[in-house]
This record gives sequence, C-alpha cells and structure tokens, in this order.
Amino acid sequence: MKAAPFDFVRATALSDVFAAFERHGDDARIVAGGQSLMPMMNMRLAAPRVLVDINHIAELNGVSETDGTLRIGALTRHQELGVNALVAEHAPLLTMASTHIAHPAIRNRGTFGGSLSHADPAAELPACAIASDAVINAVSSSRGERSIKAVDFFLGTFHTALEPDEILVSVDIPIIGAAERVAFDELARRQGDYALVGLAAKGTIEGKTFKDLRLVFFSVADRPILATETIATLEGKDYSPDTVTVAEAALEVDLQDIDSDLHTSAATKTHLARVLVGRVLAELAGEGRQ
Amino acid sequence: MTEKSPLTVLDRPNSFIGKSVSRAGAKRLLEGRGTFVDDMTLPRMVHVAFCRSPFAHAKFGAINSEAAKAASGIISVVTGRELAEYCTPWVGVLTHLQGLKSAPQHAIALDKACWQGEAVVAVIAETRSQAEDAVELVEIDYQELPVVADMETALDDATPVIHSDLGDNLCFQREVDIGEVDKAFADAHCVVEETFNFGRHTGVCLETRAIIADYNPSEEHLTVYLSAQAPHMMKNLYAKHFGLNEDKVRVVCKDVGGSFGIKVHTYPDEMATGALSIMLKRPVKFNADRLESFVTDIHARDHRVKARMAVSKEGKFLAIDMDDLTGIGPYSVYPRTSGIEANQVINLTGGPYTIENYRANARVVFTNKNGMCQYRAVGHPIACAVGEGLVDAAARAMDMDPVELRRRNLIPDDAYPYTYATGLVYEQLSHHQCLDKLLEMMDYDGLRREQAEYRDKGIHRGIGFASMIEVTNPSPAFYGVGGAFISSQEGCTMRLDHTGGITCTVGVTEQGQGSDAVMAQVAATAVGVPMENIRIVSGDTDVVPYGGGTWASRAAGIGGEAALRAGKALRENLLEIAAIILQADAAALDIQDGAVVDADGGTERMPLSELGRIVYFRGDTLPKDVQPELVVTRHYVPKAFPFAFTNGVEAFYVEVDVDTGFVKLLKCWVVDDCGTIINPMLVDEQIRGGVVQGIGGALYEECLYDERGQYLNATMADYLTPMAMEMPDIEVGHVETPTKDSELGAKGVGEAGTTGAPAAIMNAINDAIQPFGKHVSDMPFTPERILKALGKV
Repeated sequence: MKAAPFDFVRATALSDVFAAFERHGDDARIVAGGQSLMPMMNMRLAAPRVLVDINHIAELNGVSETDGTLRIGALTRHQELGVNALVAEHAPLLTMASTHIAHPAIRNRGTFGGSLSHADPAAELPACAIASDAVINAVSSSRGERSIKAVDFFLGTFHTALEPDEILVSVDIPIIGAAERVAFDELARRQGDYALVGLAAKGTIEGKTFKDLRLVFFSVADRPILATETIATLEGKDYSPDTVTVAEAALEVDLQDIDSDLHTSAATKTHLARVLVGRVLAELAGEGRQ
Repeated sequence: MTEKSPLTVLDRPNSFIGKSVSRAGAKRLLEGRGTFVDDMTLPRMVHVAFCRSPFAHAKFGAINSEAAKAASGIISVVTGRELAEYCTPWVGVLTHLQGLKSAPQHAIALDKACWQGEAVVAVIAETRSQAEDAVELVEIDYQELPVVADMETALDDATPVIHSDLGDNLCFQREVDIGEVDKAFADAHCVVEETFNFGRHTGVCLETRAIIADYNPSEEHLTVYLSAQAPHMMKNLYAKHFGLNEDKVRVVCKDVGGSFGIKVHTYPDEMATGALSIMLKRPVKFNADRLESFVTDIHARDHRVKARMAVSKEGKFLAIDMDDLTGIGPYSVYPRTSGIEANQVINLTGGPYTIENYRANARVVFTNKNGMCQYRAVGHPIACAVGEGLVDAAARAMDMDPVELRRRNLIPDDAYPYTYATGLVYEQLSHHQCLDKLLEMMDYDGLRREQAEYRDKGIHRGIGFASMIEVTNPSPAFYGVGGAFISSQEGCTMRLDHTGGITCTVGVTEQGQGSDAVMAQVAATAVGVPMENIRIVSGDTDVVPYGGGTWASRAAGIGGEAALRAGKALRENLLEIAAIILQADAAALDIQDGAVVDADGGTERMPLSELGRIVYFRGDTLPKDVQPELVVTRHYVPKAFPFAFTNGVEAFYVEVDVDTGFVKLLKCWVVDDCGTIINPMLVDEQIRGGVVQGIGGALYEECLYDERGQYLNATMADYLTPMAMEMPDIEVGHVETPTKDSELGAKGVGEAGTTGAPAAIMNAINDAIQPFGKHVSDMPFTPERILKALGKV
C-alpha cells in the first residue's frame, strides 16, 4: 500500500493550478483534503503523476451571503459546514448532513469542493447540493468562470461535468425560504459508514401540504437520484399515511435502476428507500419520527 | 465456590494478586516509544513485496521479470523455484487428528496458485515503495483453473480436486456418537432443528504482520524479529525448513500490536522473508499492508451447522445431533492445522448442560480461498451459538422462559468433577452461581417488564442469553501429543540484582494484552517486593525459558504459575542467605516490600539491596561453604486435566428496527469465572474486548468472496468491524473458582467474551422478533438478513 511515485506541486493561487494543468494535462490531479484520493493512490487504484495541492489558495476558503445566495468556498471543511452559523441559518440541510459524513478526523480534512468533484455516489454532499438547488462554480484559464446546476453536475461514479482543465471554486446555494423545510436521513451499518440508502430533502410545507419538494436519494445508483416521479406525485398533497403509501409506490419508478452493493441487494435497498421516504416526509411535515 | 486454603502465597502481606495495578509498559506505548517490527531498521536492510495471484486457482508458466529487475532500487526478483532451494515445504497435519491430510505448501508457489493472494514472485528492493513499483512490472503467464468456492459442493464428484495427489477435497472428518441418540429423539416430547451459518471472518490486528529476518553467514546464524505469539515454535520451524541448526536461530518478539490468534501460524510470506535473508545474506523486512492482511492473514469461522435437539416434557435436554461443514482454504495451516476449529465445535456444543446422548459429524474441506485456522476462541462462538440457539428454539417451542429452561439443564454446581458426553472433563464450574449473579446485575424481571411496555408501543426489544464454557490452560493434549513442537509448559527465571531489583524472564509473550504486567504482579507478590522493583523480559528465545508463548488463554494460568514457583524459590534462597548474614533462623524471617523482615511483627532487618551488595561484592564475608544462588528458574505444565475449563454467562439487550432490519445493542452483561483474578482491570478489559470481537462476528464482520473465489471487501471501509459507537456498555461480574491444579489457581479469560456474544446477540434478536413468529440463524445478522427473515424483502 504505497502510492506509485508522483510529483507534488503546492499551489498558492489559481494560476499555479492552471500552470500545472497546462504542463501536465491529464497527469495532474487536484488534492484538497485527500480523504478519498490518498487512499485510492495508496491502493494504486489511482496513480496521478502530479498532485496539485490547493490547500493554500486563500480565495477558495470562506462562507458568505449575498442577495439571497450563500456562497461556500471549495476548501470549506465538512467540520466547518457543521458549525458555521451562516450555513446553519441559510442552508441547514448541509448542517444536518455534515455529522453523517464519516468521522471527525475525516471531517476535519475533507472539503465540500472535494466531495462534489470526487462524485462518490454514496456521499452525502452531492445529494444535498441537488436537493438545495445548488449551483457549482468552476474556473478554467482559457474559458474563465462558468456555473453548472448541481442536478446537471453529477454524471456517474467519480464522473462530473467538470472539464479536465477546470477547478471547482465555490458553490452557490439559494438561502432557505421562510416556508421551506429540510430533512436528512440515512441508514448506515455503523456510525460514519457510507449509507445503504440516504435521502436529502427540501420543500415548501404549507400546513400539511407539500409543494416544490426536492427528494434526492444517494447510495442507490451511480449518482444521486432526484426522485422526480415521487416529487410530482406529492405536489400539492397533504401529509397522511395514504400520501406516504402513494409516494412509496411512485418510488418504484424513480429507483427502477437501483444498484445492489457488497452487503445489500437492490430489493433491500428499495425497501429501505421506502422506509426512508416515509420517515423523511413525516419529518418535513413536522410529524416527527414514528 | 471452592474454599481457598487460608495460607497460600496469594494471601501474603502486600499481595498484588487481585489488584488493578497499572502496566509498566503503558506509558512507553502511550508516548509512542514502543518498538514494533516496522519501527526497526537494520544496516543493509532491504524490503520485500510480493506479486500475488489475482486468481483463486491458476497455473502459471513463464515469469518475465526483466523490466522489474531493471527498475530503480531493485536488489533481486525471486521465484518460488529459486526460493525452494532455501526453504523446504511443509504439511499442516497433527497425528492426533486422525486422517487429517494436506498438501505440501511452499513459501512461494512453484507453478500453481491456490487462492487469490498467494505469493507467486518476491521482489526485493531498497525500499518497500520501490518493491511495489517493480511488482507491477513482473509479467506472469497465468492459466486459470476451475475454482472450488463453495464448501457445500467441494466433495461432489463434479467438483475439481485442488490437490490431485490427495484424491479428494476432504481435509479431515470426525464423527462422534455417544449414548442412544436415535432412541432419545424417538422418545422426545419436543425436537427443535436449525441450520446455522457463520460468516468467514478474521482478526484485524492494529499492527499488521511484520518480520525482519537477519541472516549472518559468518556464523550461519539467523535472527528473526517478528510480530508474533509463539517465538519458540517459530524458532523450531525456521531451523527445520531453512536447514539451520536450531541453536543458531533466535526469534525476538518486541512490542506486538494485537494478535488474537492471527500471529501464531506459519505464513508463507514470512517464511519467504526468512529464506530470502539467507539467500541474499542481508536483513530483509516484510510488513503486510492491510490489503495483504485481508487476503493472507488466517480467516476463521466459515461453518454451516445443521443441528437438532431432543427435549423431554419436563424440559430436560435429551440429545444433540449435529452436522458441521467448514471450508478451510487450499491447505491445512501449519503447524496447528485447520482441523482444530471443527474439532472444537463438535467437542464443545451443549457443553454447559447435562446432555448424555450426543452425535456429531464434522467435515473439513479444501476450497480455493484464503486459509482458515485458529482465531480467538477457536470454535467456541460456533459451538456456543449452536447450543444456545437450540436452547432458545426449545424455549420458544415449549413456551418456556429461556432462563428457566437453562436452570433445568445446566450442570449443577455440586456435580463436579463432571465429564461431558464428548469426554471433556470439567474440574469445577459455576454455571448456576454465574447465572444468578447475571440475573441480579441485569434486573431480569424488570427488563422483561420494560420489554413488554416497549412492545406495546411497537418497539421491539429482545433479551438473549448464552451460557458458555471455554478451553484454557491447555496441557500437551492440545498439540504436543500430535507431534508438533508447540510447548505447553512455561518457565520463569528470576534474578535478584544487587540493587534489590528483580529481573524476570518469562516464556509467555506480551501482545498488548498485559501479560507482562500480570507476570510482574505474581513475581512481586511471590518474592515480596514492590511492583517497581520487578522488570519483565519476554519474547526473546535467546534469553527466556522455553515456553509456548501466548495462545489459548494460557499466559496467566500457566506462565503465572511458573512465575509464582520461581518467586517462591527465589524468596527461599534469599531468606537462607539473609539468615546467615543476620545470624537468624530463616523460618523466622520474611521478605516484605523489598526488605528482609521479622516474620513476626514485620520489623525490617535488611533491605534486599544490602543482601545483594554483600552477595555480589563482599562474598568474602560469607562462610566458606555457602554459595548463594540468587538466580532461579521454575517451570510449570498442567497435568491434572487436559484443559482448565472456565465458564460464564452473557446476556444482551437489543432493539430491532423491524422496518429497516437494523439492530441496536443497548446493553451487555457478562459474568465469568476464570478462577483467581490476578488483575481485575485487565480481566474485565479482556472480556470487553472479547465481547466486541464477538459483536463483529454477530453483526458486522464477513470476508466476502464471489463464485470465482475473488475476495470482495479487502478494505476497512468494506470489511466492517465494530467501533466505539457500536459498542454498548458491557457490565462485567465475576465468580472465582480457582483451579486446584496450580497454586495460583488462575484460569484463562481471553476467550470468554468472544465465545458468548454471537449466541447472546442472536438469541436477543430472535426474542425481539418473536411476535412475528420469525427468527434468524445466519451470521452476521445484516439488515438484509433480518428483513428477509421478517418477510419484508
């Protein structure tokens, strides 16, 4: 378990990153928290020739709120997501999700931008980004900055819409509205494990009525799944046991391509997704856990 | 409980027996000053990494290592045939396991790999990184062979035979048939039947296996620094297979970061490292990484047991009838063999109970998976889960309280010595006392009321029990009689230094479990000195008395008794000299707190440092005919019984989420009887650690293979071990029934927690889901398995 030989570049500005991309092309990989890439390198599942360390690029840090949008810098650690007051006020889904991400030692190093660009389908934050209607900001030296909607960002396991010469610099999240609620739940074998199934949810709740729901499942396919059929079914409906039953049925369509994993079959995952949707809808509706 | 005779050495003034004294090495380890094998660097040392077979079963022909040899830092690239000149093959059999057979196994495969992960080529380089880089450059021409992945079909005619010379894939079979089993089942009021599956798992040591072999050709001498449990056993095997004079082999075990039975076997890659050192005439280091550990550290517990039990109308257990099948990989592991686990299963099942009719069949078959062998509580968790699972099945079938059913069948505390149906002899056990104490600790009646209240609210909690017995302090009956050079004795050499300090060398080895601390407590008590005056040296075959090392819960019971005997003998010698110096009667003197005192009243007469000064530097002042002997050695080997059986009982309280199949462990209670308790804190933590490893087997740990024999979960993210958040509070209580076979009276405690936890958790889960009329018996109890049992998926 020793990584293949590699070179190391410490970037202190984005220009350093672009220079490395220019010089090394696909052989260069960005490393931030290193919580996924380093183990993969040690197991020789990844063997980049050059690691570009972005931890010292100051402009990638920080959380700020402007005109109804929360901007979170790519280097924001999971631990910071969990304790940051602006995040708690404006994007509470991230606060909720952060404690489910692995263990404190990993949360202290792992970054928001790293989790999104790594695109592990079992990770919590990509699902939260989609549920939150986030916009991902990326920069390249030749084309400048562009914004990609989170729902269009995740293309497959470890595969995103980022071009090889682009770096994810920040994430914009519309701040939560007064009538909006969020909920997050996942079923993991052990505290901190990747979930068998997880669900990040946001929506407007008027009385008991669901509007504009966003239900995003993770750890079920090669990317987070926005459950559009279930969402459409629930639009304008009041929370009730019958509504939950209808939602569970609609899930069959959204999760028809659900994947099994080492320990859990697709059938069990589908069952667990049904259980989760019931629990999360109850929480959104303020009914609490059954 | 047996009365202790009132005046043993244990009752001496200032006795440290029964006190939680702190461990001398704890601060050193905490400060990162330990010396593990990987901390060591020797001059001219090189590193080896292995090309390992990516296939479970494959022949290989041409090996092209040109590119690897040309890579940076490479010293040599060595094939199995080249290395065979330096290391003879071995066969993992013992003569007392009749009919057990296996094939010759080489340090590096010659032309056929029999499991995914078997070493095929060794690459030696200046650094481990360079060796790994070059491993990727070696080209090996593999031809895949049909794979024996399923133990259920391993003996079928259509299944290929892994070692054609053996004729079939049967490693070992043993049948026992005691009493009148068929009649007992015919007469039974109730018969319960169950098939139990146990997931293959492994002991995950914090410190992975590690070795430095240092061959010095000028002396034809080999020194091996090893992370291991049994240095003398390995010394013998190195000499035997490397063709060396055993007197010229030294094995040194410094700090060891956990072993659990994993580090008591002969590993091909470690043997290869030793042979490479001889070949290259320089020190060679190998340290298994986590990936290698998962595919080469021994696995255990891959058993399928079909069992049934006959019960009378009064709830008396009449008979057990069982069939055990286990797949152990392609070779019986050397030298302890892979037959012991199944042998234990059919010896121990139902062992806490008065069952007179007993039939069992065990078959051990070869498969193309990593080898299985002895891991903590060998066979015990399986035997316990089968027996206790049948007990609870009977309780359900007869609508009886599981505690009441146990009470009616546990061997009475006054019935000892007792011989179980399978021939096991118990000196003195305390099942009923332990059960009574456990019920009190857990407030059983209150817990049942609470369970009922929760059940009314739709919350499904369950209570599960496991009574257990454990094999500890093994005599030569375990291995010695089978022809293996695995010692059952232990020794201790004690020396009074001129400072008054005492240096003890002991044969048992420190694995992180605290055996050095226990030896020090016994030594300090036996001689009569403060703890800080004792220094323990262990793990070096050039220094310590010949002994078996640490396994089968033998360190405290056997090693401790040797230390006790040595301490008493040294005290006697010291008093004899003190009496001459003080012109007193030796019988009127004692040694307390590091000084010679008047036995009556305790007035200090002379510190031991003064005695040491006189003996070592002013021998001229002693009478001409007196030659003090301030070094003594004593040994001990258990003889009265083949094993010192211990006993105990565990209970778990769990909550099952019947929607998700998730199990939450709410609380665990254990009452154990390990005889004399030397260090209560170490004993309790042995039990707790054991329980946690049992939790792993019950809920999380499983080595997963696909039908091609490919190992699927070789990372700590995919192989789930219980961690802090998965551990419930574990409350530990004790009953003390010392063995009379030794003066110390200590029995082992390493197996207890692991033995009972899987059974108790299974029974608790089944108690929780009983309202649904369902139960589970396939470990680990994953959410999926529980949901399937409940009919939800």
